Amino acid sequence: MKPINRHKGKVAPLDMVNVDTDQIIPKQFLKRIERTGYGQFLFYDWRFNEDGSINTSFILKKEKYKNSSILVTGDNFGSGSSREHAPWALGDYGFQIIIAPSFADIFYNNCFQNGLLPIVLDKEIVKKIINKTTNENEFNLNIDLESQMIWDDTEEISINFDIEEFRKYCLLNGLDDIGLTLNEENKIKLFENKRSKTGGVISI
Amino acid sequence: MSNTNPKTLFEKIWEKHIVDEKEGQPTLLYVDLHMIHEVTSPQAFEGLRLSNRKVRRPDLTIAVADHAIPTWKGRDPISDPIAKQQVETLSENCKEFGVTLYDMYHKNQGIVHVIGPDLGLTQPGKIIVCGDSHTSTHGAFGAFAMGIGTSEVEHVLATQTLRQFKPKTMNININGNLPNGVTAKDLILGIIKNIGISGAVGHAIEYTGEAITNLSMEGRMTVCNMSIEAGGRAGMIAPDDKTINYLKNKPFAPKGDDFRIATDEWLNLKTDQNAQYDTQINIDGNEFEPFVTWGTNPGMVAPITGKIPDPKNSQDEDEKSSIIKALEYMGLKANTNIQDIEIDKVFIGSCTNSRIEDLEAAAEVVKNKKVNSSVSAMVVPGSTLVKKIAEDKGLDKIFIEAGFEWREAGCSMCLGMNPDILSPKERCASTSNRNFEGRQGKDGRTHLVSPQMAAAAAIAGHFVDTREI
Repeated sequence: MKPINRHKGKVAPLDMVNVDTDQIIPKQFLKRIERTGYGQFLFYDWRFNEDGSINTSFILKKEKYKNSSILVTGDNFGSGSSREHAPWALGDYGFQIIIAPSFADIFYNNCFQNGLLPIVLDKEIVKKIINKTTNENEFNLNIDLESQMIWDDTEEISINFDIEEFRKYCLLNGLDDIGLTLNEENKIKLFENKRSKTGGVISI
Repeated sequence: MSNTNPKTLFEKIWEKHIVDEKEGQPTLLYVDLHMIHEVTSPQAFEGLRLSNRKVRRPDLTIAVADHAIPTWKGRDPISDPIAKQQVETLSENCKEFGVTLYDMYHKNQGIVHVIGPDLGLTQPGKIIVCGDSHTSTHGAFGAFAMGIGTSEVEHVLATQTLRQFKPKTMNININGNLPNGVTAKDLILGIIKNIGISGAVGHAIEYTGEAITNLSMEGRMTVCNMSIEAGGRAGMIAPDDKTINYLKNKPFAPKGDDFRIATDEWLNLKTDQNAQYDTQINIDGNEFEPFVTWGTNPGMVAPITGKIPDPKNSQDEDEKSSIIKALEYMGLKANTNIQDIEIDKVFIGSCTNSRIEDLEAAAEVVKNKKVNSSVSAMVVPGSTLVKKIAEDKGLDKIFIEAGFEWREAGCSMCLGMNPDILSPKERCASTSNRNFEGRQGKDGRTHLVSPQMAAAAAIAGHFVDTREI
């Protein structure tokens, strides 16, 4: 996993609440057996018309949001299905930071497994970011994960965000969870030995 | 003996599974049962292969093909080459890594959340995970069961453990009993209506109260299944005699003395008196009616006697725009009577409502009646075993005579990853769990209801109050 520390990027707004993972990546694209190449299918049903032509009215299709790496959106982003194809698609499309007032649990977890940083900010701040990126010609945000700071170029917005220390540590170092856990092999073995005393039928 | 540190059911299960705990880090938990399917596992196996890792406990891992497989008679062939490759990849991966697989022709095959309980793999006190958000279903047995992403699937395959930050606890207590004619599906739709689709985010829910304990195991599974639609990390119900009776003699349940020992332990799995939940919700059982969703998320719910809401009456701007967007997608007008909504399709199935009790309830409604000429209707049993039991009871004949299609087991039109999908603008009364845009097919319009309500709608051609038939 690629480490994240400092990031600066253009901000694209998706001013909607409860954007579910069925919208982020529709089911017809879940049949692939790879981890890559999902960006082309991101928000497919919104980005494309029925005949396959591009829906130019969809917000992310606007020229000024081209090559954005930060997505700002409404409450409960990523609800519904556990499909990790959702962060794969967002990452592959080019987003690295997702900002929302709240996220659904499984999606939030899945982001960290894929080097995407979900940032929870107050609703008022999120609204302010959406307004700024909508109204200004080009709006960028700067993120410093180490100091947990996020600010715009004019520093009109400059705020701290919360993140669990462990998640931060893993993102900063691009760490693989499995490798970390395999270091605890002795503890897993110990647990399994105790567990098997009850025949493995009942957890100890 | 006074209990100085009363604990909730969830906390008891959590603590029994701690392999390692470090300050500020997610807890390392042992996983008792890992279920996998074709859609969320290929990339996990690929990860193992790339890093030269094995499946640590193939004996605690079960694979099943359910999401992308055809449900028509005989199943063959899988016409979609990409789905075919996915199903074949699961077979190859299971063979290479020594995991038991129930492929689409196996007698134990079915929707992952139906076969776990069917086979007695699902047991109280276990930690159960699967790369599928509806894993919460298994909580009906007093297990801590949750959906995980593919990276976590790989983590569990490699280590048989999972790193998790401890969720908060929530108690949803239903006071008193449910009114007549109100089903488990109505109960959970009503709960989601009440607390909202993000109402339980960050929480493991425990459902309590007379209305819950009075439910059958099938009903409890329906309730726990849709915990995720309220944002919950898991849903659970303390085991009782119904749980024990359900599991007795199931193929993978313990036998003889082991079962007696297990029973003693299972019946002790309950929240201690005076234990505190982080969040407490109380809802009066009388508040529930047969419900129908009218919008594009499972919290957009109205009683069968009600109307489509009017966005003009909404104070909250986000809510108002959500309603407007949902009504546009659903092709519905504000203030329409729910009972005036005409439907094109009926789908009875999914991990929410495809068990034998669900099929019996629906068959009861359609017996000696005919599906409305403007409706096409299908029943997809949750597992090959459920299908067989239903056929032994003659339910298939009742459905077929009424004009329903009778299918092989699978996820089918719940998410339309196989050929069972809605056409654009088709309107479906569905016993499944999600009415998101495009869920059952691009531009398809889904209304979530109970099996009884779906069956009655198939006959009438529109929604009807099942209490009046």
